[in-house]
Amino acid sequence: MAEHHHDDHTAHVTPLRTYLLAALALLVLTIITVAVAFVNLGPLNDVVAVGVATLKALIIVIIFMHGRATSGVTRLVIVAGILWLAILMVGTFDDYLTRDWLAIPGR
Amino acid sequence: MAVPSIALNTRRHYLNVNYGVKSWLLTTDHKRIAVLYLISITMMFVIGGIAAALMRYELLTPAPDLVESDDYNKLFTVHGIVMIFFFLVPSIPAVLGNFLIPIMIGARDLAFPRLNLLSWYLYAIAAAMTMWVMLSGGIDTGWTFYTPYSSAASPTLVIPTAVGIFIAGFSSILTGINFIATIHRMRAPGMTWMRMPLFLWSLYATSIIMVLATPVLGITVLLLAAERIFRVGIFDPALGGDPILFQHFFWFYSHPAVYIMILPGMGVVSEIVAAFTRKRIFGYRFVAFSSIAIAVFGFLVWGHHMFVSGQSAHAALMFSILSYIVAIPSAIKVFNWTATLYKGSISLATPMLYALGFIGLFTIGGLTGLFLAALAVDVHVHDTYFVVAHFHYIMVGGTSLAYLGGIHYWWPKMTGRMYNETWARFAAITIFVGFNLTFFPQFIVGYLGMPRRYHYYAPEFQVLNVLSTAGATVMLVGYALPFLYLIPSLWNGKSAGPNPWGAAGLEWEVASPPPPENFAETPIVTVGAYNYGPVEEKIG
Amino acid sequence: MEADPHHNPALGHHFETLEQQHDTNILGMWLFLSTEIMLFGVLFTAYILFRVLYPEIFIASSHFQNATIGAINTAVLIGSSLSMALAVRSAQLANRRALLIFLAITAILGSVFLGVKGYEYYEHWHEGVVPGFQWTNTELEPRAQLFFFLYFVMTGIHAVHLIIGIGLVLSLAFRSRKGSRYLGESFLPIELMGLYWHFVDVVWVYLFPLLYLIGRH
Repeated sequence: MAEHHHDDHTAHVTPLRTYLLAALALLVLTIITVAVAFVNLGPLNDVVAVGVATLKALIIVIIFMHGRATSGVTRLVIVAGILWLAILMVGTFDDYLTRDWLAIPGR
Repeated sequence: MAVPSIALNTRRHYLNVNYGVKSWLLTTDHKRIAVLYLISITMMFVIGGIAAALMRYELLTPAPDLVESDDYNKLFTVHGIVMIFFFLVPSIPAVLGNFLIPIMIGARDLAFPRLNLLSWYLYAIAAAMTMWVMLSGGIDTGWTFYTPYSSAASPTLVIPTAVGIFIAGFSSILTGINFIATIHRMRAPGMTWMRMPLFLWSLYATSIIMVLATPVLGITVLLLAAERIFRVGIFDPALGGDPILFQHFFWFYSHPAVYIMILPGMGVVSEIVAAFTRKRIFGYRFVAFSSIAIAVFGFLVWGHHMFVSGQSAHAALMFSILSYIVAIPSAIKVFNWTATLYKGSISLATPMLYALGFIGLFTIGGLTGLFLAALAVDVHVHDTYFVVAHFHYIMVGGTSLAYLGGIHYWWPKMTGRMYNETWARFAAITIFVGFNLTFFPQFIVGYLGMPRRYHYYAPEFQVLNVLSTAGATVMLVGYALPFLYLIPSLWNGKSAGPNPWGAAGLEWEVASPPPPENFAETPIVTVGAYNYGPVEEKIG
Repeated sequence: MEADPHHNPALGHHFETLEQQHDTNILGMWLFLSTEIMLFGVLFTAYILFRVLYPEIFIASSHFQNATIGAINTAVLIGSSLSMALAVRSAQLANRRALLIFLAITAILGSVFLGVKGYEYYEHWHEGVVPGFQWTNTELEPRAQLFFFLYFVMTGIHAVHLIIGIGLVLSLAFRSRKGSRYLGESFLPIELMGLYWHFVDVVWVYLFPLLYLIGRH
């Protein structure tokens, strides 16, 4: 009889409770997002909106997508995607935000 | 398993293990997929080459005589699109990379064999769409699709072309994903990162770019198509949009794309130089990490294509400085190849001729890139033939030569046959001479002020243009020759053993052509790449 | 009797172990999701740029979105992520019936989302805020077409991803209706499906506040 190969990945099953709590947290955070939008916080409105969205994204990645069980290389891949998007944004915004900085006509 | 017979036509290998159209069109064997790519890429190269020939013959005289203005615009557009997306970007990765990566790391196939086949089908569909566009009226925006001409004014088939490019982009992305996963997870026991052939480091770096840059091109051409459909959009200044935004997004892919095109060529050169100097590549670690550095820094310089477009002076400065920095890792590679040659046991076989040609021509192309990175110089030469010469030195003098060198180097492995060395050397030299005659005059005529993408030009530029066209004719002959000796070698070529070059590397330890599963048993690697003994004194 | 892993039908011939196959496929899927970050990222970049350049237009345009419907749709998608995660869990626990039920719920909730989105598009057509095709509203200036162009492209591409996702979920459900495919050790395809599905949810998590909730105070 062949050896039983104990695959670590089938052994690690997330408890039902964890998934339910995560979904609940996401719903609560959605309600918070909407509620806060109707309150005037000035520039903080945008910070809260993106901040809460990021928190929701983290919950989804860590709990639903088993983020913590991913290997180091895979985590690097996720970080790289986010970092590269940052490069695109920084480079593009550098142009638009500095269009009048240097005293060169038309630039 | 039975001991394989030595005779070529009775031993089981990837070409004869089964026959029939279905066994090829439904294959998941990376080697067969490489051959499928070889055939389709060659076809596209010929089409791109015909467009180039028509352009060069038109440019024999300063006035339009061969084609009208609109058709000339379509010619340079199709030449750019076909050569970049359907030849240069896929060539070395999809043909040589697909064939060799699993064998070089000691695996039976790539990580995702069916995805590999899908990549080829996407390539073929995109190529077919592009051919249909050409035959149905063409597109005249240039391969750069600048808005607002492409989004609002051009009456040509922009949307179908955009869709074709989107599909081709997906082919590239899936190949990149396959290569990264394969190199990370499927190396044989003992094959550490530092024992990998440098070809794999180059393809790994290339794949990083394919994965992170190509999606940006995909969505950008989609936005372009959407703007044509909606007739309004984010690139339209009348609405408060900005055509420069298109350029930011377009070049965010298209600059790293040039590194997709050159890095694999550099990888091939490393393999050939090591084999034909019978030495380990000098400064292995430097070359390996330079590949990664080129991939990463290549993403930071895209604005150097936009110095005169209207981006801010501050952004232009940043991109200029970064463009100087990105040249450094490429230079490091050139120094290391040169150092490898020193006191090496050099053999000037055909692959080595191509590799040496690469090193010289890539250096010229790269140095002229530094001219262009200087803001003030770029203002003068932007959109002139100087730029055209610069990138052809790298794309043709670099990538194409490396591709041909790689095809010749690994031809015995892929086909089990040797080709006629005399004809092959003659072809290589013809291409080299023809290439320089074509493109060196273009540096001069561009510096003197001849704009690119024009078929009218000032009469004083004619002599240089005639020289360039003469060179192109010589190059055409040079490119035609391999068809005439490589194809017949499939029937008449001398039978190649597993290692006709006496080179080091796992691919030279399997039969030529390799068996379908590459290795009967997974190899265990105990030495680094390029494990050559000490160079012996040559007598006589 | 335990199957010899080298003849395990779930193990590809080019892999040595199930673990290698699992890790490699997960890596491959995350690589693909990184490409999606870049794809959607371009749209978010354009969005941020124009929002900073034309804040008043974005505020005015956002008021044409129905925040309540958007919030309900967000909840629907969260629900579908939950059911997808439970589908993966069911596959791991070799519970075929539960796997089928949760895959079905995922597809249904995803379709509900699309239906609601379709209704929203219909409303936008009637309000005359579709750039180029039906820009007949009288409240917004022409430059507001920038916002709506981005709105339709971003939610449209998101919807395309969702349609593909629903198709794949249904295909997995169909293939798992009999036998023990995807159960226990071979749950990998369900997990890969989950990763894709959750990613599509993450994109919406950012789209919702940025498109529906600007300047609501």
